[in-house]
Amino acid sequence: MNSPSAQFVTSRRMGVYDPIHQMSMWGENFKSNSNLNSPASLIVEDVKLDSQSEDASHGISGPSNQYDQEATKPVDKAQRRLAQNREAARKSRLRKKAYVQQLETSRLKLIQLEHELECARHQGSYIGGGLDAIHPGFPGAVNPGITTFEIEYGNWVEEQNRQICDLRNALNAHVTDMELRMLVENCRNHYFELFRMKETAAKADVFYVTSGMWKTSAERFFSWIGGIRPSELLKVLGPQLNPMTEQQSAKVVVLRDACLQAEDALWQGMERLQQTLAETVAASQLIEGSYIPQMAPAMKKLEALVEFVNEADHIREEALEQMFHILTIRQAARGLLALGEYFQRFRALSKLWATRSHEPA
Amino acid sequence: MDKVTRLVSEKGIVIFSKSSCCMCYAVIILFKELGVKPLVHEIDEDPEGREIEKALMRLGCNAPVPAVFIGGTLVGSTNEVMSLHLKG
Repeated sequence: MNSPSAQFVTSRRMGVYDPIHQMSMWGENFKSNSNLNSPASLIVEDVKLDSQSEDASHGISGPSNQYDQEATKPVDKAQRRLAQNREAARKSRLRKKAYVQQLETSRLKLIQLEHELECARHQGSYIGGGLDAIHPGFPGAVNPGITTFEIEYGNWVEEQNRQICDLRNALNAHVTDMELRMLVENCRNHYFELFRMKETAAKADVFYVTSGMWKTSAERFFSWIGGIRPSELLKVLGPQLNPMTEQQSAKVVVLRDACLQAEDALWQGMERLQQTLAETVAASQLIEGSYIPQMAPAMKKLEALVEFVNEADHIREEALEQMFHILTIRQAARGLLALGEYFQRFRALSKLWATRSHEPA
Repeated sequence: MDKVTRLVSEKGIVIFSKSSCCMCYAVIILFKELGVKPLVHEIDEDPEGREIEKALMRLGCNAPVPAVFIGGTLVGSTNEVMSLHLKG
């Protein structure tokens, strides 16, 4: 058996070469993987990493020294050894690739499971969730479009935090307008990306978006048609922008008024939607033990809800866009920093609140 | 199509709507808040409603309603109206 001698070789080299440590870590995993021949991998790794391949061959073929062998055969032996090395290296590269791919898949699966668990916790905390109780398991976990959104949103928040840091550092360091412009552009595009993500998510499950399930609890308290109220957005930006020119101030006031009007109009449309939906549902009758046949008009109304969510986001996007037109780069950077920190604080508040409510009385 | 052209030239602001459409309602409210009285044409109450709907689609609207015309020209749907409004 080659294994004992291979183990011997490995342990001898352990303290000397770092790559071997890595290799033994792989080895652990390879052992648990029934597809792979683990002892062999240890051997070939050693062969690949060890620059003095003659020494390695001692572990495999016995203690004989190369120089003790017949003078006529050293070239053949060397050739064979090189070929073996190449083959071993190739095999180990393939194995490494397979292993990494396995890791990636497992990682994604883990993230997905964690999100489902988080969803389950949310759903579990609302006891008696009405009609949702009809579905076995947790509604949040079933929709792949929503799972995707949650994963993407998690990444979005991480990137957001990074950008906020960058902005803060840049403003403190008094960098040039050019550099600031780049940061502001990135930040701006990042927000617009969120709107695209929400649009897709709304098609998958509009109630998920409108109820603000994707946000933390404190943020949800302020949720207006699936997000922050546009005028609130402007209000948060406001104080950071001073000093402003007279012209700018005037334009901001005009924008804020326009925003409020748009909000109000959209909201009245929403209320009308609620009203007509309630009337439609109230009018539906039980036909042969099922409400379903009568639900068609109600279903159409619910589809209209998607339009409202999209329109609300459109107002947010347009309001931001107009602010960028009015402001200088430096003002925009300060504003974006303030906005980012605003959301960060709410997320922190939610976390604090969540831990507080778990404490024993 | 002719009917559409005729209607849009009747008044400064013309909105094609459906009585069941809540987004149309929102757009109408917005104009009212601006102190404007648009001419609202409910195409579901018009016997030629289907023709009007087809004509509006042909003009390039993704959704037939709400369709807003200002000064005889098609401005667009809710998105376009909101954008214009916020731009001032």
